[in-house]
Amino acid sequence: MNIFRANFWFHYAGPQAFYGLAGRLWPWFAVLSAVLGVWGLWLGFMVAPADAQQGEGYRIIFVHVPASWMSMVIYLAMAFWSVMGLTFNTRLSGMMTRALAPTGAMFAFLSLWTGALWGKPMWGAWWVWDARLTSELILFFLYLGYIALTSAIDDERRGDRAGAMIAIVGAINVPIIYFSVKWWNTLHQGASVSLTKSPSMAQVMLWGMLLMALCFWFYTIALVLYRVRTTILQRESHTAWVQAIAQGAA
Amino acid sequence: MIWESWSQFWEMGGYGLYVWGSVGVTAACMAIEVWQARLAHQKLLTQLHVEHKVHL
Repeated sequence: MNIFRANFWFHYAGPQAFYGLAGRLWPWFAVLSAVLGVWGLWLGFMVAPADAQQGEGYRIIFVHVPASWMSMVIYLAMAFWSVMGLTFNTRLSGMMTRALAPTGAMFAFLSLWTGALWGKPMWGAWWVWDARLTSELILFFLYLGYIALTSAIDDERRGDRAGAMIAIVGAINVPIIYFSVKWWNTLHQGASVSLTKSPSMAQVMLWGMLLMALCFWFYTIALVLYRVRTTILQRESHTAWVQAIAQGAA
Repeated sequence: MIWESWSQFWEMGGYGLYVWGSVGVTAACMAIEVWQARLAHQKLLTQLHVEHKVHL
């Protein structure tokens, strides 16, 4: 197994090989996610002190920021698989994009939900038509649009290609969300963590948030690997290897 | 430990509804998603198993 050879990647781009690989990998990611989640919640809710300005209310950050990050990262991952699919015409790409979409939609919803619950006590409003909030809402609608379009087209491969267009074109919204707090005068606060300057948070709060972010990352990887296996079985159900699995299944 | 009692923990300095409303809905969404994914996989395996028997 040499990951630096193109053969390796093309081997696992085949549904049958990837089905096996995903089946071996997802439990590890699930365990990692659970461990990091317990650790992150412990730091965030048992160790980190109250915030000087927001009291205990700031603790929403431990779910809000990781969920918002994931909603953006998952969309970029969908755009990546869509480019791969349109370029190499690999069957797996469309299946990966479809497996990512529901989890991305869920995190976009959670970003808006936890944001509303944070906005009410701190700003006095559940919702404002601010650049950050509005662009995140558009992201949520892009996910719903992708899911609606791909499930409305009977021919799976055509559906994959149509969905790939939404995923790629819609990806332009992700940097808009990310930089919205810089480009426009928004009610939403600036970035909590950035690559160019040191974080504006206390160490233990930062660690709690980063652990929760990693927990959500691994949760997503585990779930998407699990879900793509279902799709692979469904689409390859005419093949001998799937029929052999079906024979063994209860 | 930063909390003196459990009731203080659940109260979250008056922000209990907002903090637990965020954490609770997030946890519930993730749990439902996992449950749905498992259900879909099991259902498909059962369906393929039945279809396979028909083919034999």
